[in-house]
Amino acid sequence: MSATVFDRRTVRRHRDRAAAHLPEHDFLFREVAERLVERLDDVSRRFPLALELGARGDVLAECLIGHGGVERLVRCDQSARMVLAGARDNALVVADEECLPYASQSFDLIISCLSLHWVNDLPGALIQIRRALKPDGLFLAALFGQATLVELREALVEAELAECGGAGPRVSPFVDVREAGGLLQRAGFALPVVDTDTITVTYSSALDLMRDVRGMGESNAVVERRRSFTRRSTLLRAAAIYADRHADEDHRIPATFQVATLTGWAPHATQPRPLRPGQAAHRLSEALGSAEFSAGEKAGPGGR
Amino acid sequence: MAVDPKLLEILVCPLTKGPLRYDAEREELVSEQAGLAYPIRDGIPIMLIDEARRLDETAGPVSDPGKP
Repeated sequence: MSATVFDRRTVRRHRDRAAAHLPEHDFLFREVAERLVERLDDVSRRFPLALELGARGDVLAECLIGHGGVERLVRCDQSARMVLAGARDNALVVADEECLPYASQSFDLIISCLSLHWVNDLPGALIQIRRALKPDGLFLAALFGQATLVELREALVEAELAECGGAGPRVSPFVDVREAGGLLQRAGFALPVVDTDTITVTYSSALDLMRDVRGMGESNAVVERRRSFTRRSTLLRAAAIYADRHADEDHRIPATFQVATLTGWAPHATQPRPLRPGQAAHRLSEALGSAEFSAGEKAGPGGR
Repeated sequence: MAVDPKLLEILVCPLTKGPLRYDAEREELVSEQAGLAYPIRDGIPIMLIDEARRLDETAGPVSDPGKP
């Protein structure tokens, strides 16, 4: 049983609220979605039936046109309003990523853009995703990594310590990128790959950044977050600390978004895999041009 | 608005991963195993456990263990 870090109903409420003003705040999602779908161009396989987990309207659906040979897309999110924000030319489902309602071996591709960082039980979600993929189906996901909004996190904690004498978690904990590959492997994915990109966005102030994060539907949903409204003075102090440390000559502040991209395939017999010991066709010693010594035979039990 | 029949082929109960029965009259997807009915609103299946209707209040869903 994994710990409950995120309040999933709060995540849903934030997404519901963000749906109405999605086009004003979707640039980061759109940018990452475009980078994500371009990866499909490197793959010769086509993906006729695809599932999008954590849809923000039809932003990713639009980006997908002309990539990966997708003929049908099922868009799904736990917020009905977010699913409905956009054209209705895809099949739509309201579902929770922690509890997927898809039969095993249904999809050729499951794609997720900046959504799975809100899942409490990521290993459990990955296993469900792998099961819903057809053999040789592809899972392709972008998640925020732990370096995301590191400047804002520091500024808020310091401001809160100074103003209130204590600090609660203000920015969600993100996935440790180093662990993501192991998670994919344990979930049964073949050929798992994780890589990271850093996107720096500049804002006129930290207040502007916080407004944008809220507009994206990405406000803090940590269970242990402070329930009371943050004092205006705390926010202003945080903005001052942020500007003091990071502002450039034009007085704009940079915000770091670290995006981890996870790739894994549902296992299939045609995929490359390591040979079992003893199946090698060439000797390592030949490749290295060195003499070969046998090893191991003498290491019998009890020294007999 | 009618729900996409091809979509119904790949949907299962999110709780039990068991089959669903489409009740066109009530606009619901019924999971007998879980004792839950998932609503279809405006042609969109709402596959959330906390939005589902319990089929039998006394029996409770299968997620409620204990009773024989």
